[in-house]
Amino acid sequence: MPKSQKIALAVMTAFFLLAPLVLYPVFLMKAMCFALFACAFNLLIGFGGLLSFGHAMFLGTAGYACAHAAKVWGFPPEFAILFGTAMAALLSFVTGLLAIRRQGIYFAMVTLALAQMIYFYYLQAPFTGGEDGIQAVPRGILFGVLNLSNVWAMYGMVFVIFMGGFLLVYRVIHSPFGQVLKAIRENEPRALSLGYDVNRYKLLAYAISGTLAGLAGATKALVFQLASLTDVHWSMSGEVVLMTLLGGLGTVFGPVVGAFIIITLETYLAQLGAWVTIVQGVIFVICVLTFRRGVVGELGNWLRKPL
Amino acid sequence: MTEIFGVPTQALFGQLLIGLINGSFYALLSLGLAVIFGLLNIINFTHGAQYMMGAFVAYLLANKAGVGYWWALAIVPVVVGATGIVIERLMLAKLYKLDHLYGLLLTFGLALIIQGLFRNEYGTSGLPYAMPSELSGGRNLGFMFLPNYRAWVIVASLAICIGTWFVIERTKLGSYLRAATENPALVQAFGINVPRMITLTYGFGVALAALAGVMAAPIYQVSPQMGADLIIVVFAVVVIGGMGSILGSILTGFGLGIIEGLTKVFYPEASNTVIFVIMAIVLMIKPAGLFGAQK
Amino acid sequence: MKLKQTILAAAIAAMAGTAGAQVSDGVIKIGVMNDMSSLYADIAGPGSVIAARMAIEDFGAAKKGMKVEVLSADHQNKPDVGSQIANQWYDVDKVDAIFDVPTSSVALAVNEITKKKGKAFLVSGAATSDLTGKACSPNTIHWTYDTWMLANGTGSAIVKTGGDTWFFLTSDYAFGHALERDTEAVVLKGGGKVLGKVRHPLNAQDFSSFLLQAQASKAKIVGLANAGGDTTNSIKQAAEFGIVKGGQSLAGMLVFLSDIHGLGLDKAQGLIFTETFYWDLNAQTREWTKRFVAQSKGKYPTMVQAGVYSAVMHYLKAVEAAKTDDGTKVIAQMKAMPTDDPLFGKGSIRKDGRKIHPAYLVEVKKPSESKGPYDYYKVRATIPANEAFRPEKDGGCNL
Repeated sequence: MPKSQKIALAVMTAFFLLAPLVLYPVFLMKAMCFALFACAFNLLIGFGGLLSFGHAMFLGTAGYACAHAAKVWGFPPEFAILFGTAMAALLSFVTGLLAIRRQGIYFAMVTLALAQMIYFYYLQAPFTGGEDGIQAVPRGILFGVLNLSNVWAMYGMVFVIFMGGFLLVYRVIHSPFGQVLKAIRENEPRALSLGYDVNRYKLLAYAISGTLAGLAGATKALVFQLASLTDVHWSMSGEVVLMTLLGGLGTVFGPVVGAFIIITLETYLAQLGAWVTIVQGVIFVICVLTFRRGVVGELGNWLRKPL
Repeated sequence: MTEIFGVPTQALFGQLLIGLINGSFYALLSLGLAVIFGLLNIINFTHGAQYMMGAFVAYLLANKAGVGYWWALAIVPVVVGATGIVIERLMLAKLYKLDHLYGLLLTFGLALIIQGLFRNEYGTSGLPYAMPSELSGGRNLGFMFLPNYRAWVIVASLAICIGTWFVIERTKLGSYLRAATENPALVQAFGINVPRMITLTYGFGVALAALAGVMAAPIYQVSPQMGADLIIVVFAVVVIGGMGSILGSILTGFGLGIIEGLTKVFYPEASNTVIFVIMAIVLMIKPAGLFGAQK
Repeated sequence: MKLKQTILAAAIAAMAGTAGAQVSDGVIKIGVMNDMSSLYADIAGPGSVIAARMAIEDFGAAKKGMKVEVLSADHQNKPDVGSQIANQWYDVDKVDAIFDVPTSSVALAVNEITKKKGKAFLVSGAATSDLTGKACSPNTIHWTYDTWMLANGTGSAIVKTGGDTWFFLTSDYAFGHALERDTEAVVLKGGGKVLGKVRHPLNAQDFSSFLLQAQASKAKIVGLANAGGDTTNSIKQAAEFGIVKGGQSLAGMLVFLSDIHGLGLDKAQGLIFTETFYWDLNAQTREWTKRFVAQSKGKYPTMVQAGVYSAVMHYLKAVEAAKTDDGTKVIAQMKAMPTDDPLFGKGSIRKDGRKIHPAYLVEVKKPSESKGPYDYYKVRATIPANEAFRPEKDGGCNL
């Protein structure tokens, strides 16, 4: 790992370890879940070059699955999260098979269509509770010893999951697999001519991205102890795009920063209502026009170091 | 009374007619989108917000300036189209050299801004817009009661669609436009002002959206949300029809309206999803859409 | 991190703070959480905050030496946003009681959190009757209205006045199904018949094909088991298709004054539904409304906003009587005291947390009958308090 990234990693770890002493822990847990979601998304678009406009379906599916498992089947938290993630993995594999065959705009539109279908299914399916969502999800006892109703225990678990997911994404990006993925993004015909099964790589990237997004969703369901339609709505898909874009597409730490900024903005601006959407729109526009590298991207560019 | 699949034929015809009416809206809206994508390769996510702006400007004209529906039909598209031109000149033009996805993200962001601003100002309960008196009432067709206004929608929509198709596919101006998308440099070398054509084309597409908004105002509540969920459906229509094909969007718009109408009769809960299911299937089999050409 | 605060009482603690003795940190903090920017902004929104402030003023907190602060926040109709705000308010901002919260999914979430933390939750905006049913809690009181009351009030009153054949236009999700189911039960019990029903997707823009089916059924009453934009759209389009002119009547299951204002009388005339407050009911409501309108930029109060006023008023009386702002104790005190305010009259609160007051079946006036701004309703019938709400034993609440 290059030195700049080692420093950044240390800063990030220290921040999330120390911040709960000053900032509200539930807010930080939310930020971490969304940061993981954005990192997973970034894997697909920043490194795979595939814009998915339906990533909310993974976040929401895992959330519902985990909530249902914890509340109705009484799974302990570790299994509930695993179950949720597994469901997201399954979904990402199936939708990936359908979506990967198309590229660019068409890929984005297919993922959007699939996500809409999933949304409408969840709207009506009785187990999701429809508009009410699944409420009062028990956090349970982790590994039979750690009572997650204690906010510090919960925070610790979320922190571990976030760091684990983040490092996994890092590992994938910097592995041979990641290199091939980047090659495909740069020039697909050439990668194909070199003998790589391009579709298989794209599918795998999509599946990993969807699975990790699911991990974020399942964890979030336990943090808030509820799973709702908001997590499968297309505006959530748009939000993760915004977070990643703002943070910096294709950077390692960008999504974390982007997610943190957006969550902070939403929390601060919550009482101003419609302004949240307006500000988000403005950020989108500014980022696309003049700030395409995003916060971390610009920082990295200025420092001339990879971030 | 004869029945088809358990539904009386009279009711069926009524629903088909309704489907045709809805299809007119889909066709009109997807026409604007198709024009913009087909000729400019821009995915205009702002289309829904511009449709909404059309309805709102019509409302404002009626309530603040006393200008009625018929005038609004002419004025509103020009006004909103002008805002579209401003957007294009100031922002979109900078993105042509980049990946098309940036255009999508920009228009997405603009849609959020416009919708948020209107919501801030007008709330979401919706505002009433009076039906023009010449078109209110209806006639009893025997199998259903057809409001005059809805009949007007079909007629107007068909006229505009056919007119637009004709201009783009059969006139010299249209051929310049089509040539310019294929090879802008060459066309520009012939002395044609390509950037201006592009700007005007975007403006025209936006104007079409605004026109649909004016036509929607008397029958749907004028509210800042009205474009938001509609836009996704319209995207599906355009994708199914073939993103570059004008004719494709028109035919698909009407066709999907009818299919949705039939779904509402036989299996209404699915009427939201059926369009997306079709879109996913079409994209799998023929990714360029039913009438599109693979670029 | 501070949320927007509106500090009301000019008398800072310089006054002899006798009432502040056992109140946590000497301040009673009230949080008004609702939708400030979207679907329900006109039904609750900033108007609820105005109502809360009016209640504090009318209660005379300043004179009694009680320091009361009001916070407000927008939950955007999202349960996760709502629960985050509730958590933050209770843990960080030391809020003692939350008021309003429309959107049942958010209300249910806040209900859980309030119970966990032993605070107080006074619901005015949300509809789900589960709040006094299987989700009932010793820390929650459900004010203003609920789905059972709407279904029962509108359904039985209409059947009694001759509307005995029904066709349902139902929003295809849990809330819509619940409304339809409850209303159908009432109609059948009253001797009526349900001739048909059709489910439409949530947020459908176009209701023409569903309305066509309603017309074909020739039912006397077309019941709209939906809410918000779906209701207003179906009403508007029903007018277009001449449903009311053709002799059928529309029954709205969940309609508010602001919806009628948004529709206009020519489209909404003849609509029948139930509310528990109308500004023009009597001299007291009119007088209160005049004061409200002066602060609300001309918008007249809905029953949700009136409910917030009533709830805050009673809450403060209970705090004063119990000499504490501990949530569970105050709620118990509120249930022990009968209620009385200029808006809902005399009422009471049951053990399961349900506030009881009379309900009114109203019909929207014709444009020619309306004599002034917001003069929209004629009261067709009054449902006495003890009949308006679900009997306590039927709710499944184990309090």
